[in-house]
Amino acid sequence: MRAKYVMSEVFLGLWRNISMTIAMIITMAVSLSMLGAGLMLYNQVDVIEEFYQTNLEVVVYLERNIDQPTTDQIEAALKASDLVANYQYEDKEKALERFQETFKESPDLVKAVEADVLPSAFRVKMNDIADAPKLIKEFEGMTGVYQVTNQREILQQVFDILGGAQRLTLIVALVQGVAALMLVANTIQVAAYSRRREVAIMKLVGAPNWFVQAPFVLEAVFAAVIGSIFAFGTLIAAKFLVIDGQFADLFKLMPPITMQAILVLLPILVGVSAVISAITAWITLRFNIKV
Amino acid sequence: MGHLTIRASPVRMKSRRNPCAAVTYGAESAEYATLVLEPPDRPCASAARLRLVIQLEGVTKHYPRSNRPSVEDVNVFIDKGEFVFFIGPTGAGKSTMIKLLLREEVPDKGKITVGDTDVTRLRRWKVPAYRRSIGCVFQDFRLLPNRTAAENVAFALEVIGKPRSVARRVVPEVLELVGLGGKEHRYPHELSGGEQQRVAVARAFVNRPLLLLADEPTGNLDPDTSIEIMRLLDRISRTGTTILMVTHDSNIVNQMRRRVIEIENGQIVRDQARGVYG
Ligand SMILES: Nc1ncnc2c1ncn2[C@@H]1O[C@H](COP(=O)(O)OP(=O)(O)O)[C@@H](O)[C@H]1O
Ligand SMILES: [Mg+2]
Repeated sequence: MRAKYVMSEVFLGLWRNISMTIAMIITMAVSLSMLGAGLMLYNQVDVIEEFYQTNLEVVVYLERNIDQPTTDQIEAALKASDLVANYQYEDKEKALERFQETFKESPDLVKAVEADVLPSAFRVKMNDIADAPKLIKEFEGMTGVYQVTNQREILQQVFDILGGAQRLTLIVALVQGVAALMLVANTIQVAAYSRRREVAIMKLVGAPNWFVQAPFVLEAVFAAVIGSIFAFGTLIAAKFLVIDGQFADLFKLMPPITMQAILVLLPILVGVSAVISAITAWITLRFNIKV
Repeated sequence: MGHLTIRASPVRMKSRRNPCAAVTYGAESAEYATLVLEPPDRPCASAARLRLVIQLEGVTKHYPRSNRPSVEDVNVFIDKGEFVFFIGPTGAGKSTMIKLLLREEVPDKGKITVGDTDVTRLRRWKVPAYRRSIGCVFQDFRLLPNRTAAENVAFALEVIGKPRSVARRVVPEVLELVGLGGKEHRYPHELSGGEQQRVAVARAFVNRPLLLLADEPTGNLDPDTSIEIMRLLDRISRTGTTILMVTHDSNIVNQMRRRVIEIENGQIVRDQARGVYG
């Protein structure tokens, strides 16, 4: 009975102020999709780190004109080092194959390079990739070693880009979030004004505070839930159209963003937005409808 | 003119008995025509004095943006079942007293007790429950325009969580009591001022309040209609409900001859049993 009254007041309130309701839902949807994207990137950095943790290598490139005894010497040093989990020798032919695979999109470049040009190398898997600098220091001066590279450093650039994108989405989420909450506060004020008669009478006859406040708070929560559903839709569309579509090649370098990673965002977005909107509405009411 | 008995309703919150009811009823109906409403008999009045309903002790209210207190060091004690007029010039502080009693405002100094409740120390969240023991009527009726008479009265029950079955039983009863039988389904704009005020009285009374506050309830009504509303309030008063009414209508005060409290500049200048407007 009372629930029916509250719900009819909620929808009446939203409908009476429809343009504000739409503005509220749009800004919330933008804010929440940015928040969702930010969370997704955050999650993705973890996933990538974990993925490469086991696959990252330190590559010890050898001088082009190295002789067998020096190579054996370096191999012995790798075998002796307790930082090294295992290693693999890669001769010039193998290096060429890898090169051709990596640059198969640029046939001219592939044609220009001959096996002789490429250095042979030891590809080293570390016990802990974090110790890579130690190993590099140890081997870099060694005779016969041309260069030692750490793949983690290359990956660091990817992380930096992802981190930057994440910061950007979170800033947009925050700014849009603030705008959305201001709209919530404004909507509540307008609603409180248009329902001031009912509110005054309810308070006069002793309706409990939660009952007086419920229609307003639920208006904000309703807008938040609709906003998060739109945001969720946007994120799914982004996965199919952008990540799996236009920029599919870019995302091949890293493990894919799974559907599951997006699905878990729905309850998070709904929960976060509903709670924050409800609190905003409630605080606004404290100032507009005094006991 | 027939008498309407006010039956004990299932919604009443505390059981209250009026020791005078049996004695006073019956004799005065003929006198209604000229509105000479006799105050309750002496022994009855003292019987009602068993319990104080309102106690104001040294109450002062100074609004922040006002240069003088609107209510200053007021002491008032009102018994259960009393009918009290608050009179005085505009700006004297009468409405402020009503607001203090309703806990819409809080006094700066002093203590207010209504029934068993220390209003000055009432926690915020307990205010709604407190207000359920008070009925309220205003000059401007304060009805919901998009609800019928019956729905307006039912609203007061609905928002405090009474089941619909209670409203179905009680609302027609109380509308009948205020003389609106047959007009339950009219909207406020389809009712005259007096009839709208009857709806407001019905709404205020439907929960059988301990105390009924009326701030110039006849202020928007013509003299004849005012008299009808006064009859209604008198009848409610005789059920044991304490009534505190602010008015400017000297006619009503002089004919009712009830207790009169006159206020000027926030202070009580006269407190007289069976008083006149003066
Ligand atoms: N909210 C308020 N803020 C400041 N002053 C007020 C407020 N309400 C009433 N007053 C002042 O308090 C005095 C008493 O007002 P009120 O109680 O409404 O008088 P009455 O009902 O007797 O005509 C007046 O001087 C009025 O200006
Ligand atoms: Mg007044």
